[in-house]
Amino acid sequence: MRGDAGADATVPAAAVSARNVSKNYGEVEALRDLSLDFPRGQLTSLLGPSGCGKTTLLKIIAGLLEPTAGEVEVNGRPVTGPGPDRSFVFQDFALLPWASVLRNVAFGLELRGVAMSEREAIAEKYIRNVGLAGFEKSYPHELSGGMRQRVGLARALAVDSEVLLMDEPFSAVDEQTRRKFQEDLLGLVAGENKTFLFVTHSIEEAVYVSDQVAILLPRPSRVSEVIRPRGLRTKNVDDIRRDPEYLDIVDRIWASLRSYVE
Amino acid sequence: MSRSLFLKLLSGIIVFGAWEIAGRIPVSYAFPTFFESMAALGVMTIDGSLLEAYVDTLRPLVIGLLISAFIGIALGLWVGLTRWFDWLVSPIFIVMQAAPLAALIPLLVMVYGIGLTSKVFVVCIMAMPVIVLNTAGAVRNTPTNLKEMGYSFLGNERDIILKIVVPAASPIIFSGLRLGTSAGFIGAILSELKITPTGIGDIITYSRSIADYPSMYAAIFSIMVLAVLFLNLLERIERYLFAGNVRGYATD
Ligand SMILES: Nc1ncnc2c1ncn2[C@@H]1O[C@H](COP(=O)(O)OP(=O)(O)O)[C@@H](O)[C@H]1O
Ligand SMILES: [Mg+2]
Repeated sequence: MRGDAGADATVPAAAVSARNVSKNYGEVEALRDLSLDFPRGQLTSLLGPSGCGKTTLLKIIAGLLEPTAGEVEVNGRPVTGPGPDRSFVFQDFALLPWASVLRNVAFGLELRGVAMSEREAIAEKYIRNVGLAGFEKSYPHELSGGMRQRVGLARALAVDSEVLLMDEPFSAVDEQTRRKFQEDLLGLVAGENKTFLFVTHSIEEAVYVSDQVAILLPRPSRVSEVIRPRGLRTKNVDDIRRDPEYLDIVDRIWASLRSYVE
Repeated sequence: MSRSLFLKLLSGIIVFGAWEIAGRIPVSYAFPTFFESMAALGVMTIDGSLLEAYVDTLRPLVIGLLISAFIGIALGLWVGLTRWFDWLVSPIFIVMQAAPLAALIPLLVMVYGIGLTSKVFVVCIMAMPVIVLNTAGAVRNTPTNLKEMGYSFLGNERDIILKIVVPAASPIIFSGLRLGTSAGFIGAILSELKITPTGIGDIITYSRSIADYPSMYAAIFSIMVLAVLFLNLLERIERYLFAGNVRGYATD
């Protein structure tokens, strides 16, 4: 089944590639010999049941964890730690509770030593972009889950890295907000020239937002299949969920995953 | 706000009312009424003896608390961040926290004499352990996700400690400071009762020896009020420094 990825001549070169990555946590074998390319400027989702090692893979790519074997390359250079070319959006937001929205969004720039006035100007721009204008002085506990994740997203965008690593960014927000986020994400992928790595355990979400869906199977996990929806990206966002290709791919993925669900 | 003020007033009236009644029964011939004590407090305030006493009492207290706060937080950070230092130092403070202080005082006097040094030591012994242990515990329990966030946005070790670990630990550090301050007050009075009677300890000892119980209770009352004011001040500092921390957490 994975043939259609290689056969497609229009796939851009990989911005990130994982080569034969394995990761053990003591006795637990989380990833085994996993290889996957993430095409530049596109959104690739990692789809799989929880506990299958999606976060682990993303953290290895982020340089937060070392693989037990294998390596990850970003733009052809091997990853040895966190770098300015990647930024992370966390599942649990990871906002500083004692800092205002403005400081949280500017925090990546603060750590890079950007001067206060400059980083606040940049942060204000991204706060507007994610629709949080007026909340600059609020604290995280005063915001809803969806708004907190917008702060996390703005923080990751503000450092303007080429690669965005998003770990189930929408799993902690309610369904309506989630749908809005998914639409916004499509706009972001189209508008920004960035490579998105998007972790999710929702089949529908993966098919809706992705240029490429990589299906991971339970531990020790490796990529079982890569699916590239062909016609969905040119569709209107409102029509995608009714598109035969969308429904077809959702069914196909469910068929290959259902045997692993008790 | 006005409701909490009302509750504070109400509980004040109940406590002082109970005191007044207990003094009138009387529970003990050595237990003065609330108003007698307040009158004694007024007299001591006006004739300046209370102020003079506080100059003596506050000196070892403030010095001891400042030392305990600065050294205690620094040590606590180090203990929380370094495993071998934790192994080396933590037991000392755990023992110190459990030690019966009164038994140590003769030892301190033997080494440091009966002056300011011994009293500062007593305050430190009382105040420092809880500050060190709280700080270390809080630092050890810094949320991993915040540290990972810091590293992924290219923070160096120093940034992570100053901008993430310390602020995240601040609520527990401050609660250590509050407990340490209360203990320091106890230490300061204890040292005045056990080493040399000076300041408030002197008023307590002397007025008891001449059976002037209202003055004795006035002195005790005043030190309690002062301790509460100190703790309020600490709370204000905390609110000022870490506004978002006081009301809850982003991940709750
Ligand atoms: N720090 C760790 N120590 C031990 N086991 C871990 C650790 N982190 C993750 N694991 C295990 O590795 C597996 C993969 O975890 P994770 O990458 O978080 O999965 P996912 O994000 O797909 O839900 C899980 O079985 C988890 O229990
Ligand atoms: Mg996960």
